[in-house]
Parts: sequence; structure tokens; C-alpha cells
Amino acid sequence: MADLSIEFCGVKSPNPFWLASAPPTNTGDQVKRAFAAGWGGAVWKTLGNPIVNVSSRFGGVDYGSTRMMGLNNIELITDRPLQVNLDEMADVKKHYPDHTLIASLMVDTREEWHEIIQKVEDVGSDMLELNFGCPHGMCERGMGSAVGAEPEVLKTIVGWVMEKANVPVIVKLTPNVGDIAEPARAALEAGADAVSLINTVKSIVGVDLDRMVPLPVVGNGSSNGGYCGPAVKPIALHLLGQTAKVFPKPISGIGGISTWRDAAEFMALGSTSVQVCTAVMHYGYRIVEDMIEGLSDFLDEKGMDSAMDLVGKAVPQYKDWGDLDLNYHVVADIDPDKCIGCQLCFVACMDGSHQCIHIPGMSDEDKKKAGHVAFPTDVPDRPVTAKGGTPGARIPYVHEEECVGCNLCALVCPVEGTITMVEKRKAPESETWNDRVAAGKDLVPGGLDATRKARGAD
Amino acid sequence: MTRLPDDRLETKLPDKAPLYTRPEAITEANRCIYCVDAPCVQACPTGIDIPTFIHKIATDNVKGSARTIFAANLLGTSCARVCPVEVLCAGSCVYNHWGREPIAIGRLQRYATENAIAQDAELLSKTRKPATGKTIACIGGGPASLAAAGHLALDGHTVHVYEKRAVAGGLNTTGVAPYKLHSEASLAEVELILALGDIELKTGVEIVDGEAGEGQVLVAKLAADYDAVFIGIGLGPDNALGVEGEEGEGSVGAVEYIERLKLESGMGLDGIGTALVVGGGNTAIDIARELAQLGVPDVAMVYRKTEAAMSGYHHEMVDARKDGVRLVENRQPTGVVREGGKVTGLKVKATDTGAEETLACDLVAMAIGQSRLTKLAAAFGGVELDGKGRVQVDPATHRTGNPKVYAGGDCVNGGKEVVNAAQHGKLAARAITASFGGEEN
Ligand SMILES: Cc1cc2nc3c(=O)[nH]c(=O)nc-3n(C[C@H](O)[C@H](O)[C@H](O)COP(=O)(O)OP(=O)(O)OC[C@H]3O[C@@H](n4cnc5c(N)ncnc54)[C@H](O)[C@@H]3O)c2cc1C
Ligand SMILES: Cc1cc2nc3c(=O)[nH]c(=O)nc-3n(C[C@H](O)[C@H](O)[C@H](O)COP(=O)(O)O)c2cc1C
Ligand code: SF4
Ligand code: SF4
Ligand code: SF4
Repeated sequence: MADLSIEFCGVKSPNPFWLASAPPTNTGDQVKRAFAAGWGGAVWKTLGNPIVNVSSRFGGVDYGSTRMMGLNNIELITDRPLQVNLDEMADVKKHYPDHTLIASLMVDTREEWHEIIQKVEDVGSDMLELNFGCPHGMCERGMGSAVGAEPEVLKTIVGWVMEKANVPVIVKLTPNVGDIAEPARAALEAGADAVSLINTVKSIVGVDLDRMVPLPVVGNGSSNGGYCGPAVKPIALHLLGQTAKVFPKPISGIGGISTWRDAAEFMALGSTSVQVCTAVMHYGYRIVEDMIEGLSDFLDEKGMDSAMDLVGKAVPQYKDWGDLDLNYHVVADIDPDKCIGCQLCFVACMDGSHQCIHIPGMSDEDKKKAGHVAFPTDVPDRPVTAKGGTPGARIPYVHEEECVGCNLCALVCPVEGTITMVEKRKAPESETWNDRVAAGKDLVPGGLDATRKARGAD
Repeated sequence: MTRLPDDRLETKLPDKAPLYTRPEAITEANRCIYCVDAPCVQACPTGIDIPTFIHKIATDNVKGSARTIFAANLLGTSCARVCPVEVLCAGSCVYNHWGREPIAIGRLQRYATENAIAQDAELLSKTRKPATGKTIACIGGGPASLAAAGHLALDGHTVHVYEKRAVAGGLNTTGVAPYKLHSEASLAEVELILALGDIELKTGVEIVDGEAGEGQVLVAKLAADYDAVFIGIGLGPDNALGVEGEEGEGSVGAVEYIERLKLESGMGLDGIGTALVVGGGNTAIDIARELAQLGVPDVAMVYRKTEAAMSGYHHEMVDARKDGVRLVENRQPTGVVREGGKVTGLKVKATDTGAEETLACDLVAMAIGQSRLTKLAAAFGGVELDGKGRVQVDPATHRTGNPKVYAGGDCVNGGKEVVNAAQHGKLAARAITASFGGEEN
């Protein structure tokens, strides 16, 4: 069995699964229940001067019959007295000395930072996480994402923290920036030991059309909030990938992680630990059992002895577009035994891609009318034979010469495994756009006159 | 593994609920709400954490899903296929009340267990505790004993399973409807259990009281040689009606006949135009459906009361009708009619009007219950039977009046489901390990 324990900035953690700073880490009782369920660490709900919260606070986005694909909140940092939190943190550390306890902090002045750091270190916090990410309520007060989006301000504050802190410092980044590399570099330059990302994405999840108030409704108004949950995973993965390129120290990945596979993906793209909030708010601490088991089995299957071996495995393969091989080419291939003849691929290719999927039996005239631009001869006329197929329907035919290999048909096909993308290289050797630029072969015919002239192509 | 003949009649009946493909399973798993206090769990006699195992299928953690299932039910593979889920887990799924199909829990369970075992044959044996030096005898090689043996082996004990038949698996091998589970699949599960630890299966050995002949071992010897004994002998041969003409060819006991359908080489049903099944329980419905599906042109169940009073499941009767089975209500058989030894009819008396008639037929199958074998159990000092011949046990530990002797399955409950036997075996194994002062698995 693979060793799931990790080392993060020198701190040992039983596994990479941590709870993000949020309602699931609001109180000591909660964190103790979470550790008992198997979570390896917890970032306490952000501490600072207690705030006042509104009601209601959360909005959900459903997709089809799937509940809460995305979650939005307008909650602030902890609303509990600091001392109550501190006492509970000490108690958690007493019961779970080997689990990772991280204090999330958000205060304003240098004196406040120094005071709160002293206090959370005194109760045994293993690390600090600076919340420079909260996109609502706190930024208007010059904290949270107001800091995260201003590299210079971020550097100053991290500087204050580094003067005082004795334990490793993690800077939590906001996704609400143009280029995540800027705050990541600023954190590095200021001496931070690690970064975590992402905090929530600025959002409005909907509008109550009866009251004409955005969601979530607070009396006669609402405010923009922070978006998280499975919906933000692709955004988080991208920002993580960008950060991993410029930040050579440990990263804690956050954003939409719900399963062991999500966690494995974040680790492959550079996270040493992963943090979870929404999935726990939806299903409870119990989901960690599946995450631990799934990751452990996955590592065993891949022959990795330790979770640490997975960290960053996919980072080198995350490249700039200009470094991708232009001679790599795939074409769609339809399995005639599985196709049910729904023609979703046909319509997707006709209206959303390159008009290269044909329905057998159409005359060239009909094809022209339908919108085809190329007319293959010998389109095989194959009736659908799969169970549940449309009676009399024909298996669509992919005109390979025209197929650009975009994946769209395979993405829309409802019968998994029916459309596979088959590799048909254009040439054995690799050629990237950057190679073309270097060779001066990057002018694609059919462009503007002004460009041709400027490039001296005529 | 015991090789069964290829030309068994049961091989003609295909799986009614084939193994899900991965996309099918994941789609179905994603419908599950992942209830916290789930009604389906309460309805499972072994208390499998159903929402968790289904959630794990949805995340593609198939091995983890199987671990969750087996932790509660070592016979999860066969239960997935033979459990009457319509009246158990799936029957209580929240979806039933919303006008939607309940989650196909049985089929998901089959997907998880079969695929996980295929991926990793040692999935379960890895968790085995170190050897304890204790040895337990299990009498009978059916579901109850297999569950007990498996849990005991995982706890580190040595287990000897005595089975009088040539094949183990009990009614899972010899009785369950083939379209749910074929005999090979049952034998594959037996192998799975045997591989869990130090279990020796002794087939063709019958435990008897009194005098031991060839292939027989005495109760007294077990009592003396083993640290504990588990009795899982199930039920005995089919009960007879006790009417004229019942003895002889063409008039059969249902359970015995099903065993032949499932295991006998080269059996045929030629010449059977009409088959009558006497009874209104699940065995009656099963044999009627099997005969109809195997091509007997006319199959009817003859029941002494009305349909509403039948002990067979309603959903099974609905499916039986789809197979073409007729139900003749309010008829009490009074004799089997023979011409030149060959069965030609069944004499019946209407229980409401008293009118008598003879229903023409070529085969009569009696499905009116099975006898008890539990005298054997009582041969262990201290073991008691109730008025219906069932072995009396403490429900929490399945210990009999003899502190070294435990019992479970049909011989205790008078005949229920495989899943009940699996639960009894588990409870008994836990109690046996606890009685040794050990930690149960
Ligand atoms: C026709 C039929 C169909 C069924 N269909 C289903 C179904 O679809 N789903 C379901 O859940 N349940 C079904 N059941 C019920 C289910 O099969 C039983 O509840 C279950 O098999 C009980 O397990 P057991 O171990 O107690 O007994 P059994 O399965 O009867 O096993 C007992 C074993 O002990 C052996 N034995 C008996 N005496 C001795 C002895 N003295 N020495 C050595 N060995 C001995 C027997 O040969 C047998 O192999 C069905 C039952 C019947 C009769
Ligand atoms: C209701 C709610 C409150 C949150 N409060 C905090 C907070 O106090 N401090 C913080 O750093 N992040 C906070 N977050 C952000 C989470 O820690 C996390 O970064 C984000 O939800 C993305 O992860 P997820 O997709 O797993 O939910 C909050 C999120 C939610 C939903
Ligand atoms: S989840 Fe709990 S706290 Fe929130 S609205 Fe419902 S009852 Fe109230
Ligand atoms: S989308 Fe898939 S199933 Fe539908 S016609 Fe195309 S290949 Fe066939
Ligand atoms: S199977 Fe049905 S009852 Fe059970 S957890 Fe899923 S939805 Fe809930």
C-alpha cells in the first residue's frame, strides 16, 4: 500500500486531504469529527476581528438533475470571538497532535498581524495561511482579495508576517486577477513558504425574478459573492498549473475537489496537499474515506510508493500553445456496433464544427442543402444495430480527410466508447508553432494584404 | 474448481440482469442521492452501507466500493444477483415515492463486486489477521456456513467446511433460479471464500448422529475436535402432499427437480406439454418460471387459496405471468392420476365450492415447503429446537444453548433468503472470535 503521508514545508501530514478554511472548519468539534473521519489536516475558518454575517448567505447552481454543481457565498470570516477559537484550536491539537492544523488569518495592520500570529502559534498551529482571497465584504475593507490582487500590497503584508512567524507561512491566492503569476511571484519574493489556491471566484449565481433581487436574497437586496464547487475546478486547475511554473515551493491546491480523482489531478499539476470545502458542505466529512481509498489504490496501480511521487508529475506536460506538436492529428472513429443513431454527433459537427460527418443515403444535392462542403464518394450505408437504437437509422460516417480532430462529436456522443479519436499523424516528426516561427515559416496563406506586405511575402 | 457439465438445462436461461458496463454503472450510481440516514441500508439484512458503495462507483473507486460491500456481506457477489431487492433495499429507496425507478442497487452491487475481484483477486485476503491456532467446523457448505467460514478465516482461524453434496454453495448452487445466478457463478463465489484464508472444504462428507458410515463423520467427533462448531445445514427434502399417486416418475419435489435442472447432464423436458406446480410460495413461482422459460408449452400453478394469500412475492408473480405461467386459485390437490404409470393429471378439489375435477398434465411439481434436518443439531448437547423444528439461537450472537455451537441460515429461520444466511454467518463468526478473546475482522 502506498504511503499517503506528505511533507508540506517540513510539516508531516497523515494524508494530503485537508479541509479548506470555511464553514466545515468553523469549530473545534467539527474539526475533531473531521479528523476522526480521516481528514489529514484542516485550515481553520479565517480568524481576525469577528464580523457580522447576513442571512441568507449561499446560492447554488444546479445542472440538470445534479444539485449544487456550483456554490456561491457572501459569508465573511469567522463571527466567533477570537479566544473561543484559540481555545478550541489548542484542544484539537491536544487530541490530534499528528494532524495538520493551520490557522487562516486576515487582519489589517502590522500590529494586528503580529498579535494574531503570536496567539495562533501559542495554541500550536502547524502553519499559517494568509487569506488574501476572500472576494466579498472583506476586500471593501482593504483586506482579502484587495490584497491578493495587488502584488505590492501583498509583498508588504507578507513581509510583516515573515518578521514574526516561526511556523511556515502559506499565502492563499485569489483567482480574481488577470495573471496569477504576479501575486505568486510577489509571495515568493516576500519569502512566503507556500501558496494555496484558489479562493472563490467573484460571482452572482442568479436572480430571484419575483423579487428582482440577485441570489442569495438578503431582504430587499444581495451582493456579489464567491463561487466554488465542481464548477470552478477547471479554473482552479489552470491557475494551479500557471502557479506551478513560477512558484518552486509547495502549493496547496483548492477549488472544486470532490473525489480522489480530482485530488490526484491537482497533485499531478503541482499540489502537495489539496483542500476541500464545497464537497464537504454538500455531503459531509464522510467523503474522505473514498478519497483516501481511491488515491491509495490509484498510487498502487501506478506503482508509486508515496503520494509525494505524484506531486507535479503532469507539470512538464503543461506547455505553452506554441510548443504543441502541429503534426499530431486525430480523427473520429465511430463504432458501428455501439452507435444508436441519435445523430447528435452529426448535428454537432454540422453546426458546431467542420461539416465532415455524413448521414448515409443523401444525394450530393441534399448534402449541399444540409451544408456540407466536401462530398465523399462511397459513404457506407450501415443500419444501426445497437440495443435501443433509432429504428431505421443509419450509422453516421466520418469523412476522415475533412475531420480536424476537434473531439466535439466524441464529447456529445451519449454512448460512452462509441466515438474514439484515432491517432493519424500528419508526419512522423514533430513541428511546433514556435519551430515555424524560428524557421520563418509561420505565415499561413490566405491572410491580410497588410500582413503579407509587412512580412515581405510577395 | 469443480467442473460442471456443459449440457445442463440451466445454461439455456440467460442472465436477466446482465453485468452493467462502466458507463451504465456510473450513470446509475450518479442518480443515487447519497442519503445519510438511508432507508435502503435499514432494509438490507446485512446493513451494507449502500450510499457509500454507490458513491464509490460514481467516483470510479470500484475496489473501494467492493470493500464497503464485503465488509458487511461476504456473499455480496451472489446477493447482488439473488436478493429480492424489490422487497429489500431497492424496495425502500426514496425514489419509489417520487414515481421514479428506484436505484438498481443489486445491479450496482454486482458491478462493484465482480469488477473489483477481477481487478484484484486478493482484495479481501490482504486484510486477514495473523493465525490464531483455533479451528472451527462448519456443517454444510451453503451461504450461512460460507459467510461464517469467510469471516472466521479473515479473523485468522482455521475452518473446516463439511458438505455432504459433491458441490458446495448450498441452494445458491442447487436451487436459485438460473436467470439470477448460474451454478458456475455460485461455485466461483465458493472459491472466492475459500481463498480468504485457511479454509478446507470437505465435500462429500456428511455429518451424522449415531453411527458413521463411509463418507460420514459423527457429531460427537466435531464436538470433541473443534474449538467451535457452526451449523448451517439449511432445510431438508421437499415435503410430500401425502396424496394418492404421488410416488413415482412424473411427480417431483420442486427443490429436487430444480437441482436437476441446474446440475444434471443432458436432462431434457421433451414430452412435457403441461406442467402443474403445487404451491404458492417463491419456490413454486421459481420452478414454474423456469419450466416456462425452458419451453414447456403450458405451465400452471395450483394454489389452495387466492393470489392475495400467496407467500410468493407479488413482483415475481407479475414476471411469472409475463413468462406465460397461469395461476389456478382455490384448488386443493387430492391425487395424482396415472395411466400405465405415466402421470396424466392432477385431481383437485375447489376449496370454495368443493367441486372436484382433474387437470390434465404430464408433470406435477410439489412446492409446498421443505422438511427439517435439525434433529442433527439437537444431537449437540444443549442445542434446542422450537416447535417448528428451527434451531434456537441468541439473535445477537447466533449461539445455541451449547456455548461452543452456533447456527444460522435456513435451519434457524425456517427458510428465508441468502442474505439472511450471510448475516447469520457474520454475526456468529464475530461472536466466535469474541469468545476466543480475539478481535473480529
Ligand atoms: C428453489 C429455491 C430458490 C431460492 N431462491 C432464492 C433467491 O432467489 N434469492 C435468495 O436470496 N434466496 C433464495 N432461496 C433461499 C436461499 O437459497 C436460502 O435461504 C439459503 O441458501 C440458505 O442458506 P443456508 O446456508 O442456510 O442453507 P443451504 O443453502 O440449504 O445450504 C445448506 C448446505 O448444507 C448441506 N448439508 C445439509 N446437511 C448436512 C450434513 N448433515 N452434513 C453436511 N452437509 C450438510 C447441504 O447439502 C447444503 O449444501 C431459494 C430457495 C429455494 C429452495
Ligand atoms: C461558505 C464559504 C465560506 C468560506 N470562507 C472562507 C474563509 O473564511 N477563508 C478562506 O480562506 N476561504 C473561505 N472560503 C473559500 C474556501 O476555503 C475555498 O477556497 C473555496 O470554497 C474553493 O474550494 P471548494 O471548491 O472545495 O469549495 C469559503 C468558502 C465558502 C463556500
Ligand atoms: S442548513 Fe441548517 S443552518 Fe442552514 S438554513 Fe438549513 S437548518 Fe438552517
Ligand atoms: S452521437 Fe454517437 S450514438 Fe449518436 S449517432 Fe453519433 S456516434 Fe452514433
Ligand atoms: S439507493 Fe436510494 S435510498 Fe439508498 S442512498 Fe441511494 S437514493 Fe438514497
